[in-house]
Amino acid sequence: MAAEATIPLSSRKAKLQMRDVSFAFERDGKSIPVLDKISLDIGDGEFVCVVGPSGCGKSTLLNVMAGFLSPTTGMVAINGETVRRPDPRRIMVFQDHGVFPWLTVEGNIEFGISGLSTAERKERVAHYVQMVRLQGFEHTYPPDLSGGMKQRLQVARALAMNPDVLYLDEPFGALDAITRVMMRSELLRIWQAERRTIIFVTHDVDEAVQLADRIVVLSSRPARIQDVHSVDIPHPRNISSSGYLQHRDDLLQKIGLAYSA
Amino acid sequence: MPVRFLKRLGQFRPVIFIATLIALWQVVIRQVPGQLLPGPLQVLRGMRDLLQHGLILKYIVASLFRVTWGFLLALITAVPLGLTVGWYRRGEMALNPLVQLLRPISPLAWIPIAILWFGVGDLSAIFLIFVGCFFPLLLTAMSAVHNIPAVYVNVGRNFGLPPAAFVLRVLYPAVAPRLILASRITLGLAWLVVVAAEMIAVNSGLGFLIIDARNAGNRYDLVVAGMIIIGIIGLLLDQAMRALERVKSFRWGYSEE
Repeated sequence: MAAEATIPLSSRKAKLQMRDVSFAFERDGKSIPVLDKISLDIGDGEFVCVVGPSGCGKSTLLNVMAGFLSPTTGMVAINGETVRRPDPRRIMVFQDHGVFPWLTVEGNIEFGISGLSTAERKERVAHYVQMVRLQGFEHTYPPDLSGGMKQRLQVARALAMNPDVLYLDEPFGALDAITRVMMRSELLRIWQAERRTIIFVTHDVDEAVQLADRIVVLSSRPARIQDVHSVDIPHPRNISSSGYLQHRDDLLQKIGLAYSA
Repeated sequence: MPVRFLKRLGQFRPVIFIATLIALWQVVIRQVPGQLLPGPLQVLRGMRDLLQHGLILKYIVASLFRVTWGFLLALITAVPLGLTVGWYRRGEMALNPLVQLLRPISPLAWIPIAILWFGVGDLSAIFLIFVGCFFPLLLTAMSAVHNIPAVYVNVGRNFGLPPAAFVLRVLYPAVAPRLILASRITLGLAWLVVVAAEMIAVNSGLGFLIIDARNAGNRYDLVVAGMIIIGIIGLLLDQAMRALERVKSFRWGYSEE
């Protein structure tokens, strides 16, 4: 891959490259800048969290990476190939209401893999049902699942596609605190087992320090990269160790006190 | 056990209520001189007459036949058109003023035109029902498309569905609950329209029965009997459509999540 002469932010080979990506919304004839010249490399198999003040454009950044929005200027490339539209090789997990309520758990997981043979499909459904611990709920419809189960289902549906990149847009934001902690460790377990590249947007600093290899800190709107923070603690991370707390405090400081509210 | 007995009684409350009203009806008819309404017993005899003649079944079938065709024709034209137009906002902007102009015109106002185009007969009645059903279904389909949560559309795009699969596997299931609800209400409307249409545009059916019973000899017992039959069939149609709303893959659309 003939990469440009840029300094790779990760020691691993770059999976995703963003070069001077700006994005502006058009509203009532006025242009509202949301992203301001963002450049970022993400390595293959890396777990990257994006944090920043609320409304700063974290989700917009993710939507541009995933091809749902086209950058106003600059470019996004994955494996050296420019991203122009959403692609089944890169799946987004939405914050809320992402599963189809008219399909069962099984139907949702199968949604993107209808091209496979029945045997293969069944096998993959069984595998991911087990991975996200939804055994026994295969024939249940989403309205009868809890919020956490719905999010696990969304993750399973995404993984069943065998994507090389997984985008998660505050996937656990709407869940209660206990479920959120459990979902984090489940996601880590899955990531360690399958080693996809994960880009995870959150407003929760603890979540970021617990999960990420690297944390991208955005400024308030229009968002620029304020800092990229590497977390070199091995998993599972002890959330009361001094190293962990040091990272957390550093990060909070970088985001600024305004964000601690 | 008195408690159990009262509970049992509760289940029959509607029946008891209706029975009381019928008894009251009979009493009032006896007290008031002159032709106010036929009494319940007269109506019952009227129904027996209708059944004995075998005409009533023919009329019921005729009315249902017209409703079915008018409604189905509207369904298979208005829904795809509404979904398409609703999806492409520019199409909607072009079509909407015309729809808003035609929609408030009662389907009955189309009776002269229906007779001009199709003469007195089934086609006229079917056309009137079609007109009555078309606009509500079109508007529902258009607004149902607007109300599809963006996240379903985005998931569909993300999973790389080709257009036909997208319509079949995302668009259609996402709008189905609203369309079923609208279909139930529209079918009720069709049943209202058919009775009126049959009074003018055809010589058979339940609407014709009512107007004919009055014109041909002031048989008000048959008029009321006909009305009751119309009510019962309307109720059954509604119940049948309600059953659709309980299908599991539609049910999400009717509950607060």
